[in-house]
Amino acid sequence: MTTSSNNRRVVVTGMGWITPLGHDVDSVWQRLLRSESGMGPTTRFDARTFPTSFTAEVKNYDMSRFVKDAAVHATAGLNSQFALGAASQAWKQSGLETFGALNRKRVGLYLGAGEGVIDFENYAASNLAGWDAEQKKIDGVRWAEHAHRAMDRMREVEQEPNMPLAHLAREFGVRGPALNCLTACAASTQAIGEAFSLIKRGDADVMLSGGTHTMIHVLGVTGFNRLTALSTSKGDPTKASRPFDATRDGFVMGEGSGMIVLESLEHALARGAKPLAEVAGYGSSADAFRITDIHPEGRGGAASMGQALAQAGIDPLARRADGRAAIDYISAHGTGTKENDSIETRGVKRVFGPNAKDIPMSSIKSMMGHLIAAAGAVEFMTCVLAIRDGMLPPTINYQTPDPDLDLDYVPNTARAAKVDICLSNSFGFGGQNDTLVVKRYA
Amino acid sequence: MSRRRVVITGLGPVTAHGVGIDLLWQALCEGRSALAPIRAFDASGFKAASGGELPDSFDVKELVPKSYRKATKVMARDIEIAVGAALTAVKDAGLATRGTDPDNPPTIAPDRFGCHIGAGLIAAELDELTAALSTSRGANGAFDVSHWGEKGMQELTPLWLLKYLPNMLACHVTIIHDCQGPSNTITCNEASSGLSLAESQRVIERGAADACLSGGADSKLNPMAYLRQELAGRFAPCAPDRDATTVIKPFDAAASGTLVGEGGGILVLEAEETAKARGARLHGVLSGTGASQSWCDDTVGLVPDSSGESLADAIQAALRDAGIAPSDIDAVIPYGSGVSFLDGLEANALTRVFGADLAKKPVVTIAPSIGATCAGFGAIAVAVACRALAEQRLPARLNSTSTGALHAAAAPSAPHALRHILVCTPSLGGQNSAAVISKPA
Repeated sequence: MTTSSNNRRVVVTGMGWITPLGHDVDSVWQRLLRSESGMGPTTRFDARTFPTSFTAEVKNYDMSRFVKDAAVHATAGLNSQFALGAASQAWKQSGLETFGALNRKRVGLYLGAGEGVIDFENYAASNLAGWDAEQKKIDGVRWAEHAHRAMDRMREVEQEPNMPLAHLAREFGVRGPALNCLTACAASTQAIGEAFSLIKRGDADVMLSGGTHTMIHVLGVTGFNRLTALSTSKGDPTKASRPFDATRDGFVMGEGSGMIVLESLEHALARGAKPLAEVAGYGSSADAFRITDIHPEGRGGAASMGQALAQAGIDPLARRADGRAAIDYISAHGTGTKENDSIETRGVKRVFGPNAKDIPMSSIKSMMGHLIAAAGAVEFMTCVLAIRDGMLPPTINYQTPDPDLDLDYVPNTARAAKVDICLSNSFGFGGQNDTLVVKRYA
Repeated sequence: MSRRRVVITGLGPVTAHGVGIDLLWQALCEGRSALAPIRAFDASGFKAASGGELPDSFDVKELVPKSYRKATKVMARDIEIAVGAALTAVKDAGLATRGTDPDNPPTIAPDRFGCHIGAGLIAAELDELTAALSTSRGANGAFDVSHWGEKGMQELTPLWLLKYLPNMLACHVTIIHDCQGPSNTITCNEASSGLSLAESQRVIERGAADACLSGGADSKLNPMAYLRQELAGRFAPCAPDRDATTVIKPFDAAASGTLVGEGGGILVLEAEETAKARGARLHGVLSGTGASQSWCDDTVGLVPDSSGESLADAIQAALRDAGIAPSDIDAVIPYGSGVSFLDGLEANALTRVFGADLAKKPVVTIAPSIGATCAGFGAIAVAVACRALAEQRLPARLNSTSTGALHAAAAPSAPHALRHILVCTPSLGGQNSAAVISKPA
C-alpha cells in the first residue's frame, strides 16, 4: 500500500516537446536563448486573405521517429502525433522505459489536450450540400446523405479531446487514473497541477502530463480572428508577437506539445532516477467575471498565484536571506494582447508588491507563438531549464515600452541569473487561471 | 489524519424528462421512457432517428438571472443544459449565490466555491455556421477559402468561438454563481462527469474549496455530433416509425445499440463540516472515487478491452477510497447503454468485483428512459443514486429480458434497503470512472 497523506513530494523526471522551433528539448532551448522566432506564413491552408496570414507551425515533423510502432497510431490527428513525440522524449529521459519493475496501474495520465483538427473540407462541403437557402437552415437528410459519403470514421473519432490520452496510454501501456482537461489556454498548466495533486494524494506514483494542441486550421484562425485576439501586423511575421510592448496587437497562433513525467520523490529515488526539479505549488481560480474580459484588477490571476505560492510555503512579500526576491523568474502567460499583458502585470504587482520589479518575467510566446492548450506545459518546461542552466529566456520584439507596464520583461536577449524558484502562469479564455511553482530539487 | 468528507447537498439533473430530480425520479419509478423522434433536426437520414430530447418547455432564459439573459445568445445547447442544471442544484441546496440572491451575502464565500463541469466535444450550430459559409461559395458552388478569409467570416458573430469551447460551460456557471475557486473542464467522453465529481472531491478534501458545483452536460443532438456517435458504433437501428421507448436493452443478449439523450447534471458538493454548520440537507455522501485507463487494442478506445479489468480497478479504487468492501454495495448504476461491447465490458468488470454476489446486486439502468447521456451521465446517475438512498427504493427497469448473471432485467420499481450505491462508466477513449455514493449517517 502507498501512503495517502496529501504530503508526498513530487518531482519532474522527464521532459519532451514538439514545437515550432524544433523537436527536442535542448536545441529548442538554445534557440529560445538566441531569441529566435518560429513564425512564418501559414502553410496548412490558404490563409493569404485572412486578417492574420501567419502562424508558428511545427515544421518537418515525423512521428515515426519517436514511437515504437507508427502503425498503431496510423489514424492519429496532428495533436496526438505531437503528443506522442513529446511524451516519448519525456518517457525516455525519465528512464521509465527501461525500468522493469514499473507498475503500470500506478502510472496515470493527466493532459490538457485540445480537440483534434476538424476535417474542414468535408465538413464545409456537407454543410453546403445540406443548406436549404430558402429556409436558411440545414436539411438534416441532405446533410446526412452527403456527410455519410464524405466523412471518415477515424478522422471524426480522432477529434475527441481525449484521443491524445488514448494514444499515450497505448504507447506506454499505462493503466492508472487518466484525465483530460480542456480549459482553453490554461489547460496544460492545470493538467500538470492536477497530476501533481493526484500523486500527492497517493492515487498514482507516476503521471505523464502536459498538453498538445493545434488550432491552425480554417475555423481555428477564423474563431480567433473574429475575437480580434490575433496579431494582424503587416510585414515580417517574426516581429508580430510583441508581449508587453506598447505596440502589441495580439497573439500569434502556434502549435505543438509539451510533456513531462511527474513522479513521487520516493518512487523516483527508489529506482535511482535523477529529479530535474520539484513541483512545489499549484493554484487554480476562476475569474467569474465576464465571458470575454479579464477582471481588470487581475483578481483571478492573483488568486491562482497566491494559492500556488502558499502551497510552496513562499511569502511573496518577503526576501530571501541573500536579499533576492521570493522567486527568481516568472514565465508569463504574456500573450501579447493589450488586455492580458496589462492585467497580468497588475496581478503580479498585486501579489509581489514592491518586489515585483525585481523579478524577471518573460514570455516565450514572443518566439514560439501561443500553443493554446499546450502553452502552459512548454512554459513550465522552460522554467525547469532556467533552473538547470541559470539562464532566462527573453521576450523578443520589445522595442517600445508601455508606460503602464514597468516590470523587468527580460527584453530581447537572454540573461544569466541565479535561478532556484520559478512561477509559471496560464490564463484561459473563459476566465480560467492556473499557476505552478517549480523549484530546484534539493 | 482524518480527511475531509464530501457530501452532496444539491441535485440538478436536466434530462429528457425535464428539469430537476423530481420529474426524473418519478418517470424512472413509473417506468416511463422519454425517447422519441428527434425534433431538433430531421434525423431520418441517420441509423437512429430517435433520442432523448429535452422537453420543449426547457428555456434557458428562464433559468438565468434576468441580467444575464443577453448572454444566452452565446450559449451552445450544452452550455444551456449546464447553466440550467447549476441553477437547479443551487436552489435545491438552498444556497444564496450572486445568481439566486444577489441582494444577500453568498452562503459560500466566492473564493471558496469551485466548479468542475465535464463536457463533450461541442459541435457548432450548423444553421448559424452554414449561413456564413454559404456566402463564400466559389464559381463551382464549392467553398472558397479566399473569399471566406476576406469577407465571409465577417458573417459570424465576433464571439462565435466562445459558444463552442468546452470550458464555456464552467465559464458561464462560475460567472452566474460567482464561483472564484478552482475550476476545471474534463473532457473524457462518458467518463467526464464522474471524473469531474472526483476532482471536486479532491479539491474540497485538500482544502482548496469548501463547496463545488460539479458534474457535466452534453448534447449530441446536432447533426455533426450525432454523426460522430453513429460512426463510433453507438446507435441501435431505429427508423422514425419505430417505438423508441423499447429500443435500448441494457445487458440483454439481444441488445442492438443505444440512442443518445441530451442532458446533464450539476450537483452541489460540500465539505461535510461546512454543510452541517449551515444545517444543509444531505442527499448523500460522495464517499469514494476511482479512475483508470483501459488497454485499448484499437488504440483509440472505440472498443476498449472487453475484459473489464481496468474498470474493475477503478471500482476497487473507489471502494478503497470509501473504506468499504464490495459486499457493502447494495446497487449499481453503470452506463448500461445497450451497446453490447460496452455492456459486456461493464458486466465483466462487475463480475470481477462482486463475483458470485453479482446476481444479488440490483443494477439500475437509466438509458432506456433518457437515452445514453454521454458526458452528462455520471452526475445524472449520482443524482438518481441520492434519491434512491433517500427513498430506499429502486427505480423501474425497462426492456431487457435476458441479462445473464446481471440483476438487470425489466422490473417495476420496488422498495430496497440501500446503504451504498456504485456509479461507474467506461468511455470512448478508454478512461473509466467509479464513485461510491453513501446514505448520510
